[in-house]
Amino acid sequence: MLEIKKLHKSYPIGKDSLHVLKGIDLSVKEGELVAIMGSSGSGKSTLLNIIGMLDEADEGDYILDNVPIKNLNEKKAAVYRNKFLGFIFQSFNLINYKNAVENVSLPLYYQGVNRKERYEKAMFHLGKVGLTDWAKHLPNELSGGQKQRVAIARALAAQPKLLLADEPTGALDTKTSYEIMDFIQELNDEGKTILIVTHEEDIANMCKRIVRLKDGVIMEDSYVEQVRASQYV
Amino acid sequence: MFDIGLWREIFQSMSKNKLRSLLSGFTVSFAILLFTLLFGIANGLENTFVKLFKDDATNAMFIFTGRTTMPHKGFKSGRKIQFTNNENEFLQEEFGDKIEYITSKIYKNFSVSYKNKKHNYQVIGAETDYQPIEKALVYEGRFITAKDLKEKSKVAIIGRLVAEDLFEPEVALGKYINVQGISYKVVGVYRDDGGDDVERLIYIPLSTAQQVYGSTDNIDQINITHSPNMDVDAAKILANGIEAKLKKRFNIAPLDQRAIRIYNIASQSGEINQMTMGLGILIIVIGMGTLIAGVVGIANIMIFVVKERTKELGIRKALGATPRSIVRLIMFESVLVTAIAGYIGLLIGMGSLALVGDSLKEYFITNPSVNTSLIVTATIVLIIAGAIAGYVPAKRASRIKPIIALRDE
Repeated sequence: MLEIKKLHKSYPIGKDSLHVLKGIDLSVKEGELVAIMGSSGSGKSTLLNIIGMLDEADEGDYILDNVPIKNLNEKKAAVYRNKFLGFIFQSFNLINYKNAVENVSLPLYYQGVNRKERYEKAMFHLGKVGLTDWAKHLPNELSGGQKQRVAIARALAAQPKLLLADEPTGALDTKTSYEIMDFIQELNDEGKTILIVTHEEDIANMCKRIVRLKDGVIMEDSYVEQVRASQYV
Repeated sequence: MFDIGLWREIFQSMSKNKLRSLLSGFTVSFAILLFTLLFGIANGLENTFVKLFKDDATNAMFIFTGRTTMPHKGFKSGRKIQFTNNENEFLQEEFGDKIEYITSKIYKNFSVSYKNKKHNYQVIGAETDYQPIEKALVYEGRFITAKDLKEKSKVAIIGRLVAEDLFEPEVALGKYINVQGISYKVVGVYRDDGGDDVERLIYIPLSTAQQVYGSTDNIDQINITHSPNMDVDAAKILANGIEAKLKKRFNIAPLDQRAIRIYNIASQSGEINQMTMGLGILIIVIGMGTLIAGVVGIANIMIFVVKERTKELGIRKALGATPRSIVRLIMFESVLVTAIAGYIGLLIGMGSLALVGDSLKEYFITNPSVNTSLIVTATIVLIIAGAIAGYVPAKRASRIKPIIALRDE
C-alpha cells in the first residue's frame, strides 16, 4: 500500500539547513491503523506532509498503491491528492461559508462528479458520520466534534486509498476525542488504511501500530494491542 | 469557462461574502460612473456646438459696418460707414466666382399685430439668397422670390413662433399682418434649428423694406456663403480680401478693426471643432485615468481577497484543486465583480444623465448622453480589465502551497 525508503528532507534556515528527516523507512499495508508519534520537531508532521504530497522529499522513494510519487508538478500532485488521499486536520479546515454538505461535496467537485451525484454521495457520507440533520448548517453552527465529523465525511467522500489525520483530536476534549477515535476505528474495521499523527499516548494506543520518531529517525515501530475507544464513549 | 459548477462556486463565494464583493465592486462602479458622466457631458458640449452652427450654413460670412476708430486719408475717426445696394453689387463683381449665395439685409424692431393680438418682432428685409444662408426651413408656402423683390410686394414670411403667437389656432398662411400700419400678406411660415429667437423673426422683401421704412437704398449687413469647395484657409483669405477691398472703397485705415467687421463661420467652426476635439481628448485621458484607477483598485482588493482566502484555497488544493482551477476561480470572480459593478456604474451614470438631461442647457450642455458603441466598448473594456485585475492575484493564489496555507496560526 505505502512504501517509503530512505526518505530525507531538510529545510533551509538562513545559511544552514535543518535536516528534519534522516532516512525514514516505512511500509504500511492495506487496512492498517498507524499512529506516528514523536515530540515536536521530531519530523512527524513533515513525514505526514510528504505522504500527503503537500511537500516533497529531497531524497528517497515513495510508492503509494504501486504508483511511484516523484517529480510531482502542482497539477499532478492535485490529481493524486484527490484520487488517493483524504485529509483530516487538527483545526478541521472546513470552508466557513459553505454548509456541511457543500463542504463534503467539494472533493467530488474536483473529481468532476456531477451536481446531483455529488449531493447524494455527500449526504451518504454525512449520514455515515451521523450528521444528516446538520447538512445545511454552516461550520460555525457546529460543535468541535461535529466539525471534525464533517471533515471526516469530506475526507471519505472522495473514497481515498489512504486517510491522513494530523492531530485529529488535538482541538477536542477527551470525550469528543474518544468519539472521533471510535469513529476512526470503525472506518479501519471496514478496511480503510489510516495514518494518524499524534502526541497523545491514549490516542496512539487506540491504533494497531505505533511508529515513534525522534530527531528525524524511527526509534521504535511496534504493533500494539488496540484499545477500543467505544468502551469510553 | 462555461463550466456551470465553477460559476456556482463563484456566485456562492460572492454572495456569501457580500461586503467583500461590495467593496471591490464599489471602486469599479465609481470609476465607470465618472467615466460615463464625463463622456456624457463631453457629448453634451459637442451637441451644443453642433447645434449652434447648424443654425446657419457652415460656409457663411456676415459683413457688418461700424464707425471708424482711426483717421485716414483726411477723414476723421468716428465716421459711420454705411453699406448701400452698391456694395452688394461691388462684392458680386469682385468676388463673384467665390461667392455661392449673397443677400443684403436690413432689420428693425416693430410692433406687429393680427386682429387683437400684438407683439414686437424684428422685421428683416432680405433677398432670396437669405434662405439658404440662414437655413430657414419654409414648411408652409414659400420664401421671398425675385418677383417679390422686383415688384416690392407686401408679403411676409413669418417664423413658426410668430405664427403661434399671433394666429393660433388659425392658419397663418394667406392672412394679413399689420406692421407699423402697413399690411403684409403671409406667404410663408418657416422653422429654424437655431432656437426660439430665430423663429420669432419676420422676413419681408429687401426692396419693400427699403422703400417703406427709409426711402433709401441703405443696407445694414451683407451675408454671403463662399463656394462650398473652399477650405477654412481659403475662406480666411477670401474674408481678408473682402475686408481689404471694402476698406479701400470706404477709405478706412487698413488697421481699423471696427469700421468693417466680418464674422466668418468657417474659421469659427474650425476653431470650435479644434476645441471640441481638444476637449474630447482631455476627457478620454481623464476617463482612461479613472478606468485605470478602477482597475488598479480592484487588483488591489483582489490581492487582499487572495490573502484572506489563503486558507480556503489551501483547503481546496488539499482536496484536489488544480492550480488552473484556482486561477479560474479567482479571475472569473474578478471579471464578474468588475462586469456587474461596472454595469451598475454605467446604468447610474446613464440614468443621471437622462435625469439631468436638458436642464443643463444654460451651461452649454445639450442632451448629454452616451451612445451604444461606447456601452459595448465599455463592457469589453470592463471584462478585460477584470481579467487583468484578477490574473496577477489569481496566479499568486495558484502558487499557494497548501502546507503553508493550512499551517495553524
